[in-house]
Amino acid sequence: MNYDRILIRYGEISTKGKNRNRFINQLKMNIKESLTGLSAVKIEAGRDRMHIYLQNPNEVDHIISRLKPIFGIQSFSPVVKTAANLTEMKEQAVKLVESLAHEQATFKVSARRADKSFPLDTNELNREISSYVLNNVNGLIVEMKNPEIELVTEVREEGVYLSAQKIPGAGGMPIGASNKASLMLSGGLDSPVAGFHMMKRGVEVEAIHFHSPPFTSEQSKQKVRKLAAQLAGYSGRVKLHIVPFTAIQQAIQKQVPENYTMTSTRRMMLKIADVIRENTGSKALVTGESLGQVASQTLESMQAINAVTATPVLRPLITMDKTEIIEVAKEIGTYDLSILPYEDCCTIFTPASPKTKPKLDKVVFYESFIDFELLIQEAVNGTKAEIITPNTLFAESSEAFSDLF
Amino acid sequence: MIYLDNSATTKPSKEVLASFMTVTEDYYGNPSSLHGFGSTAAILLDKARAQAAAIIGAKKDEIIFTSGGTEANNLAIKGITESLKHKGNHIITTQIEHPSVWNVYKELEQKGFKLSILQVGKDGRISLNQLKQLLSKETILVSIMHVNNETGTIQPIEEAGELIKTFSSAYFHVDAVQSFGKIPVNVNQSTVDLLSISAHKFHGMKGTGLLYKSMKAPLLAQVAGGNQENGLRSGTQNVAGAVAMAKAMREGTEQSNSRHIEGLKKQLIQFFSNSPFTSMVTPEEFSAPHIINVSVPGLKGEVIVNALEKEGIIVSTTSACSSKNAEVSRTIQAMGYSHKIAKGSVRISMAHTTTQLEIEQLQKAWSSEIPSLLKGINY
Ligand SMILES: Cc1ncc(COP(=O)(O)O)c(C=O)c1O
Repeated sequence: MNYDRILIRYGEISTKGKNRNRFINQLKMNIKESLTGLSAVKIEAGRDRMHIYLQNPNEVDHIISRLKPIFGIQSFSPVVKTAANLTEMKEQAVKLVESLAHEQATFKVSARRADKSFPLDTNELNREISSYVLNNVNGLIVEMKNPEIELVTEVREEGVYLSAQKIPGAGGMPIGASNKASLMLSGGLDSPVAGFHMMKRGVEVEAIHFHSPPFTSEQSKQKVRKLAAQLAGYSGRVKLHIVPFTAIQQAIQKQVPENYTMTSTRRMMLKIADVIRENTGSKALVTGESLGQVASQTLESMQAINAVTATPVLRPLITMDKTEIIEVAKEIGTYDLSILPYEDCCTIFTPASPKTKPKLDKVVFYESFIDFELLIQEAVNGTKAEIITPNTLFAESSEAFSDLF
Repeated sequence: MIYLDNSATTKPSKEVLASFMTVTEDYYGNPSSLHGFGSTAAILLDKARAQAAAIIGAKKDEIIFTSGGTEANNLAIKGITESLKHKGNHIITTQIEHPSVWNVYKELEQKGFKLSILQVGKDGRISLNQLKQLLSKETILVSIMHVNNETGTIQPIEEAGELIKTFSSAYFHVDAVQSFGKIPVNVNQSTVDLLSISAHKFHGMKGTGLLYKSMKAPLLAQVAGGNQENGLRSGTQNVAGAVAMAKAMREGTEQSNSRHIEGLKKQLIQFFSNSPFTSMVTPEEFSAPHIINVSVPGLKGEVIVNALEKEGIIVSTTSACSSKNAEVSRTIQAMGYSHKIAKGSVRISMAHTTTQLEIEQLQKAWSSEIPSLLKGINY
């Protein structure tokens, strides 16, 4: 098909009153960034719609696959342009519908005439085109309400625009750089899903991971990088901070009674994450906790852990069931990665019977015997940051660049 | 042109050059940059490091990219002696090292280190006995080159390493610049702690090399700056050069067609042994397949080089670095040859691309050009 442009319809942006322009510009930037590597295109953003003018019609499939995960798009449609000439319009209409039709597909034509000098009016256009298409494409059934294929035909002075496909977008709001939160990314099922939900609300996510070599392996770190790359599929990139956590975990094991080690570990993680959050200018912490699943996720436990900071700790999964979380994880492609059986620093030191109702004053007392501030500073100083893009891991794979070596 | 000076430098292979160009044009980012473009360069550098490490049997973290053999040698010797000077004051090397080792040891001697020098025999090899005698508690570093750049002599690295580890706690540095790609070089389970390699000697690009440094060797950086290369060699890395070197290392070991040049070398030895006015310097046993050093006593090496170049054949006198100096070869004199032989020596060094035909043309030119130069000279 000789596609000329892609029409993009906004999601929630349309309802966002005075912030609308900012959102639209952000979406435009995100779309532009997602198209890097393809031929340069012009993007025109209007109040209700955006148009991507294609330079190379052959790239339309690539562009479609890149647009699908971008938040802030409700739906989009590839558009064909023809001359304002009824014969040519009919030809193109048949080609377009044919490429999408299947047996018993429901169909209608919706014509609009902006160019009043065009000899046929809207009704005549609808009739002419739909009868021609019905005669030339097999198996179509006319249906006026919610047809599967709605051939939108817009007659304008500069030409005629045809589109028949409405591809659903990812919804949500465009991810904005000025709107950043720090996600504690463990390697388990929950935290990537929490990150996804934040992104969908337009929040840029930086990830923080705690690594405890030699107790946690290189593979477990690699797994987290893969998870970050998967999330980067939605935002273009994820900055991943890897925190060396061994010394703190050993100090906790040595000093804190066993049934309190988990609470203490979580507290230290939150403290470190909060320092990194502050250093990177993000505004909130995000965890994958949901209520009542494991010991750390009782309300008492959250209270004892959360006491280390006044920064908002957002828990997008708080009311979700495990099955719901798994469903989203499968949808966003993190499930298969998350279930790989590598130890992470939360599982390896988990005590046999952690306190389900830890007391804040007790844990504070136990921790008072160690100079955690110093250890935390060291962990923060030793943290390594890396930008992960969807392409990062492929680039590291043995196939990538193999011709250079 | 028939190029037979491959010990001075080699022609980059087409594939190596293609990699170098691609990386230079498409992935020129700084590997230390945080952005994705820089990360791609970092990934390429990492892959180059992994491949180089695998080929010599090392771990990735044991590879330090440098600007070549000279820098690798300097870093190894200065880096170890500086970090261990409180432990001991004694260092050992051989009489026949390349200037990038020899001059560093001389400099250290000036600075107060006690320097012992291993003599070599007529075959250019060190005496293991002498090494054993010299080793002591005070010894902190021993450097012995793998293949000599002027004569091709191979040193008994394994045996020397055993002695060093048995009779001292010294670290062992090997200059493998001439051996890599010609004879097996592998540090896995070896006694070698530090090993230098230079890419332009095996069809890589000039200005790239590496130092292998075993995990336990305590090296101090000699260049301060942005702490690249694990803090041991500051300076923005030459990613294109490193990738090209990794490729050249792979090609060099895969196609190391040493059988083929071994055959050509045999043929030349035969030829020179039958030539009445020529003396062989390269020993027949324990020498690398690509280097042959011969002498025409009574002539100056330089004259032979000029005469052959007129016939389109490129050879050299001793090593490229010292060949512009008037002095005669330290190495050949150390082997006990006369001043006259040392003065008249030339080095023929082959590559896997050298052909039978080229060697025959060298023989023809040798037979037709050299005798006339000797007219009236008593040899
Ligand atoms: C044995 C030996 N070591 C070191 C070097 C120096 O290497 P580079 O030219 O890469 O500095 C050379 C060659 O010049 C050499 O032959």
